[in-house]
Amino acid sequence: MTDNSNIRVVVGMSGGVDSSVTALLLKEQGYDVVGIFMKNWDDTDEFGVCTATEDFDDVVRVCNQLDIPYYAVNFEKQYWDKVFTYFLNEYKAGRTPNPDVMCNKEIKFKAFLEHALSLGADYVATGHYAQVRKVEDRYEMLRGVDNNKDQTYFLNQLSSDVLSKVMFPLGHLPKKEVRQIAKERGLATATKKDSTGICFIGERNFKEFLSAYLPAQPGRMETMTGEDKGKHEGLMYYTIGQRQGLGIGGPGEPWFVVGKDLTKNVLLVEQGYDNVYLYSDGLIATDVNWINETPTQAIVCTAKFRYRQKDSKVTVVPLDDNRVEVIFDESERAITPGQAVVFYQDDVCLGGATIDQIFKDNKRLDYVG
Amino acid sequence: MDPIYLDHAATAPMHPEVIKVINKAMEDTFGNPSSVHHIGRKARKELDKARYAAAKSIVANEKEITFTSGGTEADNMALIGIAFANKAKGNHIITTKVEHHAILHAAEYLEKKGFRVTYLPVNEAGEVAIEDVQQALTNETILVSIMMVNNETGSIQPIEQIGELLRDHQAYFHTDAVQAYGLLSIDVQQLGVDLLSTSAHKINGPKGIGFLYIKQGTHFEALHHGGEQERKRRPGTENIPSIIGFQKAIELVKENMSERMEKYQVYKQLFIEGLRESGVKFSINSSNHAVPTIINISFPYTNVEALLMNFDLEGIAASSGSACTAGSVEPSHVLSAMFGKEHEKTLNSIRFSFGIANDEEQVKRAAKHIAAIVKRLSKKEMR
Repeated sequence: MTDNSNIRVVVGMSGGVDSSVTALLLKEQGYDVVGIFMKNWDDTDEFGVCTATEDFDDVVRVCNQLDIPYYAVNFEKQYWDKVFTYFLNEYKAGRTPNPDVMCNKEIKFKAFLEHALSLGADYVATGHYAQVRKVEDRYEMLRGVDNNKDQTYFLNQLSSDVLSKVMFPLGHLPKKEVRQIAKERGLATATKKDSTGICFIGERNFKEFLSAYLPAQPGRMETMTGEDKGKHEGLMYYTIGQRQGLGIGGPGEPWFVVGKDLTKNVLLVEQGYDNVYLYSDGLIATDVNWINETPTQAIVCTAKFRYRQKDSKVTVVPLDDNRVEVIFDESERAITPGQAVVFYQDDVCLGGATIDQIFKDNKRLDYVG
Repeated sequence: MDPIYLDHAATAPMHPEVIKVINKAMEDTFGNPSSVHHIGRKARKELDKARYAAAKSIVANEKEITFTSGGTEADNMALIGIAFANKAKGNHIITTKVEHHAILHAAEYLEKKGFRVTYLPVNEAGEVAIEDVQQALTNETILVSIMMVNNETGSIQPIEQIGELLRDHQAYFHTDAVQAYGLLSIDVQQLGVDLLSTSAHKINGPKGIGFLYIKQGTHFEALHHGGEQERKRRPGTENIPSIIGFQKAIELVKENMSERMEKYQVYKQLFIEGLRESGVKFSINSSNHAVPTIINISFPYTNVEALLMNFDLEGIAASSGSACTAGSVEPSHVLSAMFGKEHEKTLNSIRFSFGIANDEEQVKRAAKHIAAIVKRLSKKEMR
């Protein structure tokens, strides 16, 4: 085995099984491993209990099992400024933000990376299901081999430069095997439940959480032809294509959110999963990031419009101002402004952008947002 | 690099002689001091000897010594025990903003129970003003609690003057002497204190043992209930091996107090000179009127977290203010009280504390390494 003992790898540890196994694998490969827990959110309750305390305790247990040093670092301020503020602003604008993409861009692979480098790290590692491949002097990001767990969607804003300092030791493993390794080695987090949802909301009620920061403005629900369908609780609580929680009874197929009219505070709903208003054939996205070279003309590739969705064939046309136009080969259902569109060439993630405007037959669908 | 321990104010290694007597006590003295038989009496004899040594070390009477599980318990007993026992006389308590959390959080608890607490400010040297104490006193005041030496800066408070001020007031006077004990000579009569907390592990004794001095005649309510031990003030079978170890530690620190003070003064000087020679930017937060074992230093253009982690990865153990729940570092409440809440010093200051684990060579070497790390980090931040 090559001697890795002079290579310092700082592992971002959340107290979950993935980052625990990440640290374990690197340790077994002989690296100089340091575990760091990021505290990005303060959810201390009235009894002084905070979930971060328990998660950090798990980090401590695992690091002691692996006999590696561990620390905690506080990024609450950066997280608030860069991620949470964006999150609220997007909701205010009637869109559906993706804080995980922003957290990876601004915190894990920026603030945390810089911090790790200040500790003399050669690399940072995380438990993401993605892979890094060096091709000559550039670094590509590939999907994780576990198709169901692939997390490149959330990592689309990374650059080749950043990737040159990143390790994803789980990228070539199926999730099942990761759990298996944790169990075999008796890691303290081997049977810990995977976290779900947005990290700062956790298991709590999303509506309740959001209403603490943004005043909810209840209004009417209407069909696209203006038929009144009752009351909504606040536009920010709904996303395009949503079925649950509308409370519209009556005969026929279920009802879905197809759009929002922000000026009138009206939630637009239509009947049927395959309702025509849910479909579009193109979009314009902003803040495009290309992990390696920026295309100068239209390229044909595949894209994901949300996490864990199958790839769709698209043509991407570069526009000015860091924008791209994405034209779908076949019409797509429930494209949602604020979410990421992420581009792939086979298994290579090319980059991504934030969905801004939606089109059908070259006409902008204003009602979507 | 060989590790260097500069965190004696957090806890100090046990003196080899302390370890020896504890080991022996664990073998020879297993009895319960309350038992009516020779095995128990043997333990009782050792307990009484230790209590005598503890009392003598602060010029007190043995009956005034209550062994506790350490400084935190002693502080809690002092605040809560006095507050509850003296409710009829008033509900006002005075303390400072720079106390240890064992005091501050106990005071907050008392606020929830209906007591009124005044948290006195300190100046930039971390010292409380006698006039402020005087002004805060009311007819309702039943307790004043002010630490003798601050654990983060080493600053020494004017306990004797405050004791003088309180001599004719109904309020009891408590001092948390955890960081002072073993370094400064303590005479409870001269200081005019009614209660005083100490902890063994700060003076090279074992962890989990300390004592609270409670002046005879003090109205005090026990927090725990059980047997007759410690005059019912702290029931529970006594931790004999630790108490015996504590006694040894007390005897050892008394032996050469002034020599040790001089030695640590030299360490402190060497450390500061080492940093100065390296040309690194720093300022000292501790006042001149401080114990020589603790020095609190601000390094501009750095932050505490990065400093401590880098120090540790190079083998240097130091610390900052209080650790937060998830292990990450919160701004120090002590430095906030000294310089203001948003002051950069609250986020870039480190406490170094010397003790028996150090020698001159180590202190010089530490200064060199620390300077190199600070230079590397501050360069990065200034970019």
